[in-house]
Amino acid sequence: MKFLGEKGVRRVLAGIAFSAISALLLIALFIIKEGLPFIISYGPIKFLLSSDWQPQAGKFGIWPMIVASVWVTLGAMLVGAPLGVACAVFLTEFVPRRVMGVIKPTIELLAGIPSVVYGFMGVMVLAPLIRSQLGGPGLSVLAGAVILGVMILPTIISISIDSIQSVPNSYREGSLALGATHWQTTYMVTVPAAKSGIIAAIILGMGRAIGETMAVIMVAGNAVKIPISALDSVRTLTANIALEMGYATGQHRQALFATGVVLLVIIMILNSLAGMSIRKKAGKR
Amino acid sequence: MNRRYLIGMSLMTAVLMLAGCGQKREAVIMAGSTAFQPFAEKLADQFMVQNPGINVTVQGGGSAVGIQSALSRTAQIGMADLLQLPEEAKNLTATEVARDGIAIVVNPGNKVEGLTVQQVREIFNGVINNWKQVGGDDRPITVVSREAGSGTRTSFEQIVGDISLAREALIQDSNGTIRETVANDANAIGYLSHGLINEKIKPVKLDGVECTTEEVVCGKYLLVRPVFLLTQGQPEGAVKQVIDYMLSAEGQETIKNSGLIPVK
Repeated sequence: MKFLGEKGVRRVLAGIAFSAISALLLIALFIIKEGLPFIISYGPIKFLLSSDWQPQAGKFGIWPMIVASVWVTLGAMLVGAPLGVACAVFLTEFVPRRVMGVIKPTIELLAGIPSVVYGFMGVMVLAPLIRSQLGGPGLSVLAGAVILGVMILPTIISISIDSIQSVPNSYREGSLALGATHWQTTYMVTVPAAKSGIIAAIILGMGRAIGETMAVIMVAGNAVKIPISALDSVRTLTANIALEMGYATGQHRQALFATGVVLLVIIMILNSLAGMSIRKKAGKR
Repeated sequence: MNRRYLIGMSLMTAVLMLAGCGQKREAVIMAGSTAFQPFAEKLADQFMVQNPGINVTVQGGGSAVGIQSALSRTAQIGMADLLQLPEEAKNLTATEVARDGIAIVVNPGNKVEGLTVQQVREIFNGVINNWKQVGGDDRPITVVSREAGSGTRTSFEQIVGDISLAREALIQDSNGTIRETVANDANAIGYLSHGLINEKIKPVKLDGVECTTEEVVCGKYLLVRPVFLLTQGQPEGAVKQVIDYMLSAEGQETIKNSGLIPVK
C-alpha cells in the first residue's frame, strides 16, 4: 500500500465510500423514475386513498396496504419496544459487565437469523396457535406484529444499550449521592438522560419493521383488505411488491414501483426523525 | 505472508475455472410455472442420466415468468400452464406436453366431500362464507387463493367464470404454500395442481366428479388446463432433444406416474 502515498489512499477510500452512496442514489432515482410518472398520471389521491387493488381491472389503490403496514408496524412496536428497552435497561444497569458480555452478543445473534426462518416459525407455530386460541385464519396482523416485534429486538436493544452506556457515570453518582435508590436513579436519571438515543432506537426498529418482507408475506396472509381486527389477514406494502413483481407488466409494474416510492418516502421520513433525535442529544451536551 | 495467500487463492481460482472448461456440456434452461416445476425437475433428471452431454436447469417463477424468459431468451424453454396464452406469447412456438387438473382442496378434517361449480364460485366470491351453507360444520370459510397473474389462478378463474375474489381471501404465492395453508387450517379451501395432492389435504368432488387422472383423461373433470413448453421458433438441437424426451413414451409415463395427465 506504500506506493500509493497518503493522498492516494485517501482518494481510493473516498472513491469506495462514494460508490456506496451512489448505489443508494441510483436505487432511489430508478424507483422514482419508474414509479413517479405512474402516481402522477393515475392521480396521487386515487392511488394512495382508494381501497381497490385489482391489477387485472386496472384498479390500483394502495390504501389497504398502507393501513396494513401501519397496523403491523405499530403492533410490532407494542411488542418490541417495551421488551427491547426493558432488556437494554436491565443489561446496562442491573447486570455485571461480564454477564452482559455474554448476553449482548447472543441477542445480536437474533439479527443474524434469516427472516424466512422467522416466517417459518410464524407459519408453523404462531399462526396455528392464534387460530386455535383466538379464531380467525391465524395468518393475521397479530402474527405479523409478534414476529416483527421479535425481529426488531436486536436493533432496539443494541442501540438503546449504546445510548444508556453513554450517559456519564457522574449522573448516576450524583443521584445515588443524593440518596436515590438504584431503581430511582435508573428511571429518573439514567433513562431520561438517554431518552433521545432510545427514541432513535425505536424509530430505527420501526423502519426495519416497515421494510421487512419475507417474514410478513409468510405470516400476514396477504389479503387485500382494510383490517378491522388484529385477527384479520392483511397485505403490507412490501408484501404487495414482492408478491406481484414476478408477474407484473406495463401499468401493473409501474404501480408496484409507485408502491416502492411510497415505502421509500416513509422510510426516509423515519430515518431522518431518528437522525434528528440523535442530533438533538448531541446538541444538548 | 499475505502475498503468498493471494497467489494461492488465484491459483485455486484458475484451477477451478479450468476444471469448469474441461467438460463441455450444453446447457438448457427451463423456467416458469411453479405447478409444472417439480415434474420438469424429475423429467430433467431422467433426461440427464441418458444424455450426460446436456445439462438441464429448471427454474420456477410462474407462468408469466416462463413467457417473459422465453421471449427474452433468458431461458430456452418457458413453461406456462395457462388456458389461453396471452397476446405477447403469439410469436412463440408452444408445445403441449401435459395436462394438469386443478383440484379444489380442503382440510382433511372437513366433512364436505363435494361442491358444485356454482358453490365454488360463490365461496371464492365471498357469497358463501360458512361451511354449513354447503353441508359442513358451522364454521367460517377461509378462502385461500394465488396472487394475481398466477397461471393456476388465471386458469381457475377462467374455467369457473365470474370470479371476483373475496377481499378476505388469503393470498399465497405458490402451489406448495397453498397446500401448507390448507393443511394447517381446518376452515380453509384452496386450489392447486392435481399432481401436488398429498395426504395432508383433501380434494373435493366437483359436480360429483373426483379429481383423478382417469376422470381428467376422459374429459369429465372440468378444471383442466394444458401445460405448454414455449420456445423461440421451432425447437432444435438440445432443446428439441429435451422436448422430444418429454413427449416420448417414457417421458409421458413419468408424467402420468407423477400425477399429471399425459397428452399422448
